[in-house]
Amino acid sequence: MAVTVKIPTQLRAATGGDADTTVEGSTVGEVLEALYGRYDGLQARIAGEDGELRRFVNVYVGGEDIRFLDGLATAVSSGGEVTILPAVAGG
Amino acid sequence: MAGTNLKCRECATTYELEPRYVCEQCFGPLEVAYDHSRFVDDVGALRRRIQGGPQNIWRYGDFLPLDGPPGPALRSASRVGLPAGCTPLLRADRLAERVGLGEVWVKNDAHNPTHSFKDRVVAVASQRARELGFDTLACASTGNLANAVAAQAAALGLPSYVFIPSDLEEQKILATGVYGTNLVKVRGNYDDVNRLCTELSGEREGWAFVNVNMRPYYAEGSKTLSYEIAEQLGWATPDRVVAPIASGSLFTKIAKGFEEWLELGLIEGSVPTMNGAQAVGCSPVAQAFDAGADVCRPVKPDTIAKSLAIGNPADGPYALELARRTGGAIDAVDDDEIRAGIRLLAETTGIFTETAGGVTTATLAKLAARGDIGADEKVVIVITGDGLKTLDAVRDTFESYEIEPRLEAFEAAVEQGVHV
Repeated sequence: MAVTVKIPTQLRAATGGDADTTVEGSTVGEVLEALYGRYDGLQARIAGEDGELRRFVNVYVGGEDIRFLDGLATAVSSGGEVTILPAVAGG
Repeated sequence: MAGTNLKCRECATTYELEPRYVCEQCFGPLEVAYDHSRFVDDVGALRRRIQGGPQNIWRYGDFLPLDGPPGPALRSASRVGLPAGCTPLLRADRLAERVGLGEVWVKNDAHNPTHSFKDRVVAVASQRARELGFDTLACASTGNLANAVAAQAAALGLPSYVFIPSDLEEQKILATGVYGTNLVKVRGNYDDVNRLCTELSGEREGWAFVNVNMRPYYAEGSKTLSYEIAEQLGWATPDRVVAPIASGSLFTKIAKGFEEWLELGLIEGSVPTMNGAQAVGCSPVAQAFDAGADVCRPVKPDTIAKSLAIGNPADGPYALELARRTGGAIDAVDDDEIRAGIRLLAETTGIFTETAGGVTTATLAKLAARGDIGADEKVVIVITGDGLKTLDAVRDTFESYEIEPRLEAFEAAVEQGVHV
């Protein structure tokens, strides 16, 4: 279940400059865990100690905000795309 | 400048005054911090300096995050770009009487160059963008910002890219395209447009997205609304402010403006009770307020108030905190109430506002009917945009006569009340 994750510029210091990467996972939660395993220091920036995403982090699957889907339990299909973006834009 | 750094509202990490809007440690929003201590010793001199400034927002340059106002000298600032601000604050006794209140004032920000409060934030963001070396202006917009960015870019001679939802009101599309911008209609709602622009802003060096990578500077422009209100009320705060909420940025910055001046002793009073206004069809902040929640659950907007149709409001948590802290509230009104609000303001003040102003006026009426507002309160409602931008909202809401050009026809139709 290879999934592409798009990484925002604000996190690229923690990913060694990677703008995207491919990880294994069948839900958003699994994809993020795989991502945290790959990049040290990434988890603390976007998630609290309880594993929940911080309130100013948006995650999208196929362009849809996961809060309209099943949150961290949202299914991701093989070849799918997960996008992480800051929530503080706009208005 | 009086700005000292950018500071994260969540974790207080500080950064230089750079083109940066997100805290790298926690993804929280960054806000400009200031040092106004040099003014404390002589507030009178500061007040005189403001009064002697230009008739636009650059009179408040000491409270904006800029190296300087545009132009070679303060006196020339009025002639650079499209200066905004110094809009009328009108006492609205007939409106007050209709809703059963004592004292209501209307801050009419439709008087700005492109007829909405967005000219304030764009003036600040575009000036800061030029200071930081950007060569292109851009934005994600629900309409009013599109007008303001396209016009400001034209005035400054900068290329611009304006991203809007494709189903926006025709008036707002036409009043943007005329300035010669690169107008990009995105098939989706505002939150989709915003997501695209957030991605793009990371990939296009040299582009200042006024409400994305310039957002901390942009948002500060809204403080000038409260500076003006305080100045126009004789260097005093009103008791209550009713203002619309889309992202919540305007709402929270209005309070910040009053707080800064109160802290300096520049004005008398206290932080006003802050009432936020949303449309039922896009009311994530009002719903969170009702639920006692401190975060907003995003919604899919469905309302005629398209300028407020942000389903995922960036400053929602801070708007909630502010309304609660000041004893205010955040209410929502439906589309029929919005149309009635537009009509109420027009009939009692002569001011024709867009749907967002209908939301605000209808919310005032709702608060008054609910008994939330004391008889002795001085209330300011913030009218953020012009009715000519949302004409569909008033189409078929009144009757007219059509007659032959003859006296008898007039008498028969009009004086005997036969409508078309």
